[in-house]
Amino acid sequence: MADPILSLRGVSKNFGAVAALTDIELDIHPGEVVALVGDNGAGKSTLVKVLAGVHAPSAGVIRFGGRGVTLDTPAAAMKLGIATVYQDLALCENLDVVANLFLGHEISPYALDEVAMEVRAWTLLQELAARIPSVREPIASLSGGQRQTVAIARSLLLDPKIIMLDEPTAALGVAQTAEVLNLIERVRDRGLGVIMISHNMEDVRAVADRIVVLRLGRNNGVFDRSASHHELVAAITGASENAVTRRMERKEVQA
Amino acid sequence: MTGPVETGPAPKGPMDRADARLRADTGFAGALKGFSDRVKSGDLGMLPVAVGLVVISVVFTSLNPIFLVPNNLVNLLFDCATVGIISLGIVCVLLVGEIDLSVGSISGFASALVGVLWVQQGWPVLLAIAAAVAMGAAVGWVYAQLYNRLGMPSFVSTLAGLLALLGMQLYILGASGSINLPYESALVKFGQILVMPAWLSHALALVPGVVMLIVGQRRRRQRLAANLSAPGLGGLMLKAGLLTLALEVAVGYLNLGRGVPYMFGLFVLLVVLLNYALTRTKWGRSVMAVGGNREAARRAGINVRRIYTSAFMLCASLAALGGTLAAARLASSSQQAGTGDVNLNAIAAAVIGGTSLFGGRGSAWSALLGIIVIQAISSGLTLLNLSSSLRYMITGGVLAIAVIVDSLARRSRISHGRA
Repeated sequence: MADPILSLRGVSKNFGAVAALTDIELDIHPGEVVALVGDNGAGKSTLVKVLAGVHAPSAGVIRFGGRGVTLDTPAAAMKLGIATVYQDLALCENLDVVANLFLGHEISPYALDEVAMEVRAWTLLQELAARIPSVREPIASLSGGQRQTVAIARSLLLDPKIIMLDEPTAALGVAQTAEVLNLIERVRDRGLGVIMISHNMEDVRAVADRIVVLRLGRNNGVFDRSASHHELVAAITGASENAVTRRMERKEVQA
Repeated sequence: MTGPVETGPAPKGPMDRADARLRADTGFAGALKGFSDRVKSGDLGMLPVAVGLVVISVVFTSLNPIFLVPNNLVNLLFDCATVGIISLGIVCVLLVGEIDLSVGSISGFASALVGVLWVQQGWPVLLAIAAAVAMGAAVGWVYAQLYNRLGMPSFVSTLAGLLALLGMQLYILGASGSINLPYESALVKFGQILVMPAWLSHALALVPGVVMLIVGQRRRRQRLAANLSAPGLGGLMLKAGLLTLALEVAVGYLNLGRGVPYMFGLFVLLVVLLNYALTRTKWGRSVMAVGGNREAARRAGINVRRIYTSAFMLCASLAALGGTLAAARLASSSQQAGTGDVNLNAIAAAVIGGTSLFGGRGSAWSALLGIIVIQAISSGLTLLNLSSSLRYMITGGVLAIAVIVDSLARRSRISHGRA
């Protein structure tokens, strides 16, 4: 396999006395989808924020394209080619769809080219088969799924090398979830690395090439998509005997 | 199965009109329907100002017919220009969701600085004005640093600045307390007398309509070429025609008196420049984004601190320029300059004109429209020979009403999904 585009070695992050991440190792290769899974508080969102340049790691090395890098601001991460779609989307509700898509990267900064931006916006949204009635309405008038689509479209606009999706399908309907999964595969086929956080094991196994499990801020196993539901749940909860297995056994006994 | 891959239905019609859920608002009826929808959802735009101006004119003219005499309106425009320029700066800080309560003191200190440097120290007048504006920029920079580095809320830092700058104004004016500016100087003439010749004012009144037509037509062609929908040519021509007619009538009426002040022309020019910067540049888009959702703007890679710095500096610089022109208007730099209701009027004008106190919403035009309302009230009350106690009470009431309208409209926008 080709060299990883992004690799983390011994990355830790402390918030005061709390160790949110400890000695994380992670490799992302071009053209693969890596799913990050873990229970609430496992450190998934913290890891994403470290990679997006929102939090500086307390210790460890981040290498991008073979070179050591410091991701101290979101702009630095974006410039390297790491695009992030946050769970809380971070859209400006007072601006319209076009303005949000191009925010910070407007075409011709001293005389905004609204026509070019609107055409590009429509083209991109059509590629995503997005159902947004008008790109000149403020974001406030869109539904949750439509906002998610806008947020993903925005991250793709900059031709990133890696795109990180924090719970990309959580707010989506059935058709839109399928569309986003298709989209993730299309993005991967273009040679991008995709990091996807999800609680939905079905979605994870549908698209992920590798599944990285975090538990209490540490690596807790790497699986491929043939891993069984049982194995994943065991790694996530840290025991083969857990609430999920007990529940399943109970169902089997009843059946 | 070797046929070409189906790539979806061929596009029919403009690509931004493809969704079946969109109502096609075309023609005059469509425009009217769109307007009434916007107003009902709380997107009031210029409506409160237009209604306010009509009410004010009717009330004051019925109480004292002098109110609508051309020369009174010319005086009104002179007064509008000074506070209006200060209000233009307030629009900048309000758009990023902050406030500058010291603009009055900045303007007063600037007027004192011009008086001292120009009249007492003998500096060239332009250099003195430049020094005053640079002082404003420096004050704005300090506010921005206090906000960015120390997280000091702007209403506290600028309140402190209000007192400190007032102190500096009193200090440099010294014991005499006021400096008269020479009546024969160009600056004082600019602030008191100079009006455009009739031909120039009529020619300038044509400009907005022509620009609207040219820009609108070019945008229409670009959008049609890019397969986007475009508004009809008829509506565009109607709007441009009505605008030109209104402006020409207004200018003709003012020319029955002394004419259109150059100082008001400068104010309008600054409004147009700021409007362009806010709506058509990356900086303006960033200002709106920071005011709407600071965290989203930061994550989009916008240098949020620099945007705050630019807004505070622009506001304080415009306040200093406004103060300089106010000194020219009065032909003196005094201890009273910039005190009293200057602060309140500048902020009230921006809010009345439709710039939200909550950030991310408003336009440069709000300073122009708002200050006309404020000065019309002030002029009307002066003509009624009301004492300043009553004038303060009434202006305060108008400001309260403007903020209430803003808050209610905001609540309605949220419930209608327009933020």
